[in-house]
Amino acid sequence: MESDFKVEIISPEKIIFSDNVKMITFPSYEGDMSILKGHISIITFLRPGIIKVHKSDQNTIDFFVEDGTVEYFNDSLVILSASAINLKDITKEFLEHLSREAQEQLKKENITDQERYILNHKLDTIKEKEFKLS
Amino acid sequence: MPSLDDLKKRISSVKSTQKITKAMKMVAAAKLRRAQESAEKGRPFSERMNNIILNLSQSISDKESASKFLVGTGKDKVHLCVVITADRGLCGGFNTNICRKAKSYFEKILKEGKTLKILTVGSKGNDQLKRAYNNYIIDKISFKGMKKVSYKEAENVGNKIIDLFNDNQFDVCKIFYNKFKNVITQIPQEQQIIPIESLKKEEDKKSENFYEFEPDETEILENLLPRNISTQIFKAILENAASEQGSRMTAMDNATRNAGDLVDKLTITYNRSRQAAITKELIEIISGAESL
Repeated sequence: MESDFKVEIISPEKIIFSDNVKMITFPSYEGDMSILKGHISIITFLRPGIIKVHKSDQNTIDFFVEDGTVEYFNDSLVILSASAINLKDITKEFLEHLSREAQEQLKKENITDQERYILNHKLDTIKEKEFKLS
Repeated sequence: MPSLDDLKKRISSVKSTQKITKAMKMVAAAKLRRAQESAEKGRPFSERMNNIILNLSQSISDKESASKFLVGTGKDKVHLCVVITADRGLCGGFNTNICRKAKSYFEKILKEGKTLKILTVGSKGNDQLKRAYNNYIIDKISFKGMKKVSYKEAENVGNKIIDLFNDNQFDVCKIFYNKFKNVITQIPQEQQIIPIESLKKEEDKKSENFYEFEPDETEILENLLPRNISTQIFKAILENAASEQGSRMTAMDNATRNAGDLVDKLTITYNRSRQAAITKELIEIISGAESL
């Protein structure tokens, strides 16, 4: 379709997702962000959250990410992330493990405000997902 | 002259060695395909990462306040060399080639009166380097027993380097590994990861892309550059894994062929000496009969 643009989600090990899509919503560091075709070139990075890929109005695919980098240039969007995982493949054990890890890190005293911000977001996302799964 | 029995034993021992090398070659060939695939799959990530950093570093106006990872500490005193090798031997000149490349660099550094620090990844490199450079080795990492090295391991190595750098333990960091070209050629590589090598001039014309940054450039760079180090290390590990299998395959192929040649040679010697013994006995009988 004319309003489609290319999205690639790449991990160091493989290309996780590569297709033409209509819109993508991702948790950028300073807040959620949606991108349509014709967006200005942008570079930003991600906080923990959910990437929503809208292939069409009904058809969406969700990915969970912990961090990553986004580049949009010339109608092609690239997300580089070591931790992207398709929401369908997420298990409850995986979420529990993540949440335990994050809580332990939060308890440490020497973390910076920035790290605290990231960790809290991570926990929020995890809790939301856990709620949906159970 | 070895006896017939000795020859027979040697032939069978060479034959069983040949069986082993042949099996190792097969295993290496199967592993190579997988390793090559994952090396190729890993390439887009590091390429994109490089691209983004290239674009970012060009749009940074204030070079002075830029991240230390990009511009370095301004000194060139202490060099950290990360030598990435395999954990197993029997792969031809694979480990030796990396070490040779690294050693020639070490000599250069030491001659210039700079301080050298070595971090070895993979046990074979450590074994080779500790003979001559044991005092310089500050740490060793090995993935022995691990079936597949994932990004997590590379991240650990990367974090170690970053911690050392933030601790002002070194000024320049280089990694040594083998780049996989094809099954018979692997090229030892030397790559500087801190500070990032001055990016190629010819790509200057690409800098006309104007990007919007959120948050600002410096913050993104601070976030991205440490990650880039792990990415580069992971890339090196993947290339190394493919190279190791390729190198082992060629080495074992040669060994199998050499064993075959040796078996042929020994068989001829065996047959000759057997014939010589028969002839000798015949001569003895005939000359005995003639003297009657």
